[in-house]
Amino acid sequence: MAERLALPEEILLSVEKPERYLGNEVNAVHKDPEKISIRFVMCFPDVYEIGMSHLGIQILYDMFNARPDTWCERVYSPWVDLDRLMREKDIELFALESQDPVRAFDFLGITLQYELCYANILQILDLSRIPLRAKDRLYAKDESGAEIEQLLGEESPVVIGGGPCAYNPEPVADFFDLFYIGEGETVYDNLLDLYQECRQEGTTRLQFLERAAQIPGIYCPLLYQPAYHEDGTLRSFEPVREGIPRRIRKQIVTDLDQVSYISKPLVPFMQVTQDRVVLEVQRGCIRGCRFCQAGMIYRPTRTKSLETLKKDADRLLGESGHEEISLSSLSTSDYPELEGLVTDLIEKHGKTKNINISLPSLRIDAFSLDVMSKVQDVKKSSLTFAPEGGSQRMRNVINKGLTEEDILKGARDAFLGGWNKVKLYFMLGQPTETEEDRRAIAQLAEKIAELYYDTVPKEKRNGKCMITISTSFFVPKPFTPFQWAEMFTPEEYLTFAHTVNREVKESLNHKSIRYNWHEAYGTVLEGLLARGDRKVSYTIEAAYRKGALFDAWTEHWDWNRWVEAMYETGIDLDFYTRRKRGEDEIFPWDFIDAGPSKKFLLDEWHKALREEVTPNCHMSCSACGAAKFGCGVCFNTKDGKQILRAGTDLQYTYPVAACNPVPGIRELRKPKENDSAMQDIETEGS
Amino acid sequence: MRVRVKYSKQGLMRFIGHLDMMRYFQKACRRAGIDVVYTEGMSPHMSMSFALPLGVGMTSDSEYVDVDLVESIPGQEIVNRLNRSVPEGIHFTEARQIPEGKIHKGMNLAARADFTLRMKPCTVPETGPAEAGESQARSQAEPFVVSSEDSRRTPWDLAWHDDFLSWLKKPEIMVMKKGKKALKEINIRPLIFEARFDGPKLMLGLSAGLDRNIRPELVMQAFADQTGREYHPCMFSINRDEVYADKGKDGQHAFVPLIALGKDLS
Repeated sequence: MAERLALPEEILLSVEKPERYLGNEVNAVHKDPEKISIRFVMCFPDVYEIGMSHLGIQILYDMFNARPDTWCERVYSPWVDLDRLMREKDIELFALESQDPVRAFDFLGITLQYELCYANILQILDLSRIPLRAKDRLYAKDESGAEIEQLLGEESPVVIGGGPCAYNPEPVADFFDLFYIGEGETVYDNLLDLYQECRQEGTTRLQFLERAAQIPGIYCPLLYQPAYHEDGTLRSFEPVREGIPRRIRKQIVTDLDQVSYISKPLVPFMQVTQDRVVLEVQRGCIRGCRFCQAGMIYRPTRTKSLETLKKDADRLLGESGHEEISLSSLSTSDYPELEGLVTDLIEKHGKTKNINISLPSLRIDAFSLDVMSKVQDVKKSSLTFAPEGGSQRMRNVINKGLTEEDILKGARDAFLGGWNKVKLYFMLGQPTETEEDRRAIAQLAEKIAELYYDTVPKEKRNGKCMITISTSFFVPKPFTPFQWAEMFTPEEYLTFAHTVNREVKESLNHKSIRYNWHEAYGTVLEGLLARGDRKVSYTIEAAYRKGALFDAWTEHWDWNRWVEAMYETGIDLDFYTRRKRGEDEIFPWDFIDAGPSKKFLLDEWHKALREEVTPNCHMSCSACGAAKFGCGVCFNTKDGKQILRAGTDLQYTYPVAACNPVPGIRELRKPKENDSAMQDIETEGS
Repeated sequence: MRVRVKYSKQGLMRFIGHLDMMRYFQKACRRAGIDVVYTEGMSPHMSMSFALPLGVGMTSDSEYVDVDLVESIPGQEIVNRLNRSVPEGIHFTEARQIPEGKIHKGMNLAARADFTLRMKPCTVPETGPAEAGESQARSQAEPFVVSSEDSRRTPWDLAWHDDFLSWLKKPEIMVMKKGKKALKEINIRPLIFEARFDGPKLMLGLSAGLDRNIRPELVMQAFADQTGREYHPCMFSINRDEVYADKGKDGQHAFVPLIALGKDLS
């Protein structure tokens, strides 16, 4: 293969970490462009080290490249040094593997993992010389200068977004041609097949988008029109033409053992954030913490079988050569066969091959301590608890099923097992939180410190114990019971942190307790972008024009750019962050059906305000609405048949076939009149 | 059993730094199913050592790593297995058994490295001569201007070949070199063992190793500075051709390629 580099050697040698831009990693896929007809470039709009650590892109990269007609490549945000040089020297953004310009691709897929990367989306489009707004990609000028409709496959790639932030795509909706709502393994093949078909027919870009919008889970923002009340809230949100579904239902995999997982993981040369094999053991979470978006939008919980996971682990370790494997899920302790899996991994890889096994998001109990003492160096490692709320009252409000006894018992066992470092994570600024709740954070840390000195005799102590408290400020997210919650000003947030800090300083064992808190201004920006509507896109563009980039990086972000951008685009921050939202208000994201119904979320909001807890999905069903997907924890398997779990409210029993394979494209051309997606909005709107 | 493995590092791999290569080689061994001995102690790691770091941007035909294997594997099989598990740009060529013990490690033996330098067609930066210093290649300074058709020319006039050879006739060539602690002035002339032109290519044999290591960029920078030429680290593409141990005695050199110190493994 002849060496192809989009960047001159002189530039590569003058920027930090040139290996970010080469695309020659182990297991990177190279294909002959002559032999494929769809070129897809998958983007994580942040720096390489972060993007390369993302599991979802690895899964999709593998899946797309399994198609003989498709070559999927990658692109990440050029770091600030290269960004500057590319603008100065007029260099176009390129995909890593082929080093070809992004503009020449058929699809540009952008994953949206956090709101503070929104300015980077514009960087990607801008450096690729793709018009920022989807509407500006529809038309071209002919020789006489008249506007004509752009044909599919000419000029700009189809820009498609996905990931958790796509559950409220509205703040960035104008920048995207399509959004994929849900898990990528389900309808991407349909979309690519449709693309092939439309291109053969010679359709326009718009005609393709209209047909794509009829694939379940695919949302085309251009085809929907929001209308607003005078007070700025949403009045209606409707498709602009017949045949476009009023509601988009997320797409999920019903059986995780049946979809392919990464066959050959990409192995970067440089040290990336997640430099290990990631073994996804389950999707979704049974817990139902009321602040947690992932816990709601990935419902229902679905597990992988032990057999599949053992095979995955062998293959991924063998193909990557990584020395560490990490079990990944929202709450790994809830994986039913955890013990068998961990034992197998230790026997097969840990003992003989020196492979480290890392177990994030474990609840601290006897089993997990036993496992951790086997796989980690007790002296060096720390134990992490995430009580999220300092007082029991607060933990009831957020439905965190963790009591003070659980925490103290876990800590006592850990201290007896030789650990002396404990990390505690909390959130500040949650609904109903009082000063007393904030002080309880420091008091809990003090209790744990006292427990250490009471439990471990002096001669057995390995120095002081070290309790580290970290607090972040709570940001209400769409599709959570707290989507109605009000936020605070940055100054108020800092006051909350100071309360905790004072209490820590006054505690008896303050020398054993450390306290860190999160940046407050970024929290408020995240709040604006998380629950924003389409109007916010102008603010994002204005901030980008002022230089906003890598806003998730404290050394690069600048609050003043955003304040100016809001002022210039007429966006009132308080409207989005501090306003009390009405219970009957239409939210910009209501047109998406993520599973849990709005009625369930509202019930949960009311229970939160009453400090009532809701049992988790293993204990009993709370009829959230996720049973409509016909899979996972909502069902028991009996004699090979799936049976709806007892307690699942019949009001929410949807046809079990809802998330089965979508109909072929031919059927999609004429949408049925009784489109199921259109019915849901009526049944749930009440 | 200690084995010395030789490989070449070409193409895009020239941008991969030394630390990343070390991590990469460990992963390559695991993919190839070659069991490497782990060190004892607080943080066990694979027992391996690299002979001589290679600067980012340079290619090489002779990179050496000494590695302790759990069991004996024939040399050719080590080479074949590793080659199946690496991407383009890395190619393993030989694996031979070497004696254990610190003094036999490549990093302690390396005494000379040979380089081939080729001048690249680039334009000289408009903002005056680049500043001295070894870390310059990675500095934030204005990058070299991209060559376009009309500016494709060699940066130095052809007379530089002769000038270079007569410059080397000086008994002393003093340059400022960044040592472990501070900048100090050293005489690099005794550290240049050989220099000759082969058509447009310049071959340099330079002192290498833990104490008296000099890089080809330092030589070219000194030459440029002392003869009134402008120098930029991207002017030359540089390949490391071979790394040698010095088996000579009493001040007489006898350079032997590192791989030749091992014995066949079959």
